[in-house]
Amino acid sequence: MISRSAISLEDIWVYYGETPALKAIDLDIEDGEFLGLIGPNGGGKTTLIKVILGLLKPDRGRVTVFGSPPDRLGRARGLIGYVPQRNQSDWNFPVSVLDVVLMGRYGRIGLFRRPSAADQAVALKSLEAVQMQEYARRHLAQLSGGQQQRVMIARALAGEPRLLLLDEPAAGVDISAEEQFYELLRELKEQHGLTIVVVTHDIAVVSSHVEKLACLNQTLYIHASPEEVLTAGTLQKVYGCEVELLAHGRIPHRVVEEHE
Amino acid sequence: MDILEYAFMQRALIAAVLVGMVCSVIGTYVVLKKLAFIGAGISHSAFGGVALGYLLGVSPLGIALPFSLATAMVIGWVSRKGRISEDTAIGIFFAGTMALGVLFIGLRTGYNVDLFGYLFGSILSVSSSDIWIILGLGLGVIGVVLLLFKEFFFVSFDEEMAAVSGLPVERLYFLLLGLMALTVIVSIKIVGIILVEALLVIPAAAAFQLTRNFVRMMLLSVSFGVVSGVAGLFISYYVDLASGATIVLTAAVIFLLCFALSPKRRWRRIQARG
Repeated sequence: MISRSAISLEDIWVYYGETPALKAIDLDIEDGEFLGLIGPNGGGKTTLIKVILGLLKPDRGRVTVFGSPPDRLGRARGLIGYVPQRNQSDWNFPVSVLDVVLMGRYGRIGLFRRPSAADQAVALKSLEAVQMQEYARRHLAQLSGGQQQRVMIARALAGEPRLLLLDEPAAGVDISAEEQFYELLRELKEQHGLTIVVVTHDIAVVSSHVEKLACLNQTLYIHASPEEVLTAGTLQKVYGCEVELLAHGRIPHRVVEEHE
Repeated sequence: MDILEYAFMQRALIAAVLVGMVCSVIGTYVVLKKLAFIGAGISHSAFGGVALGYLLGVSPLGIALPFSLATAMVIGWVSRKGRISEDTAIGIFFAGTMALGVLFIGLRTGYNVDLFGYLFGSILSVSSSDIWIILGLGLGVIGVVLLLFKEFFFVSFDEEMAAVSGLPVERLYFLLLGLMALTVIVSIKIVGIILVEALLVIPAAAAFQLTRNFVRMMLLSVSFGVVSGVAGLFISYYVDLASGATIVLTAAVIFLLCFALSPKRRWRRIQARG
């Protein structure tokens, strides 16, 4: 079977003023891949996501998402669902859960037109997919952190995307909720045939759920299966010095990789 | 009521209702999208336009309209593309256009113009052609808002997500600034350049205290705006006070009541407990 690329990045460079944020990134993400993008804070993870979304134009290099550049036209096709970092939304904004999810349809509905009954149905189905349908009439501020995150995923799903990008989706969510959360992502991936990219710095939890890991700290160090990444010793290189990872298990314990 | 037999009072009443409506609709976005300072920048820039109109001997509001629209676009452009922050950009244009206005007035030597009315409003001097201008521009602004209701809703809530969904966020932002400029122009005769900011912020802020529903917030905001305009007008007439200031202070009292009675703190407590 010939696998097709969902995302293809060729020699991507991004500068913030004089400082490089991303250097010479080459990355091919296959259609249907479940990828964890890890790396230290300030390593360029969010920048890379914005490049893929077309929100940020790289200073050099070529980006294609499902074969076309991710400009506004690309986004308008509704292929990409995006779940931004949690703290970026205004949780006091007067908007109900259903309204937020419906926003995921706006790009498809088009300018000037109102959401139809069919759009409502898709929005409710998306809420159902994240088990939040009974909260449709609630206000955002009335939900817990994990529930708010589910609503944001439902919004992304409402656009019926083929690619789901999540930026630190589990930040501020407790461990058991985080487990459920990755379980949910896996189900969604299987049901909808999604390509999923999850940005996180929680290496241990993500590595037990995704198929591939990519380590980013300005440059891309490795893009391989979690086993390969964890044994290759690349983590030291990526994170610089001491790597502490909370290994995933019944009893959480801490593993410190050795280095001189 | 016999005061309504006066034609100037009828016009004032119509103007107060219209301006209360338009300001409160746009104000909903100003409050939620935190554009209050931009609003102040745009409204003060109108002073430069009014003064230029006087200097050239043409309709002050006719000049203020393109002047404010241009300033709104420049403020928007500089704060989005430029390397200076939004509040710095506004600070520069705010003071710059006011200074330009003072300069223009100085150039018109030996002529004592009544700029006070433009600064603080002179609702009782609203002419019937003013009413038509207010009606036309006001309905235009509200029409655009209704047409792009869902787009402005999304952009106000989360601009980045709106961009990802394929909405033309940049154009919507500039359009909103343009609508703010038109709203300011519509309101100058009623509350004046200095006080129009209050009508852009206070009714919507008061409505925000009472509801968690966007449409309800806008409708409440409109009713507060209209009530402030009408009540302020009557109070100013009977007690013989400056009408613009009375309208604004009426709105402020409504805000204080809403703030005191707001169920939001109770909601927050329930949430903290739950």
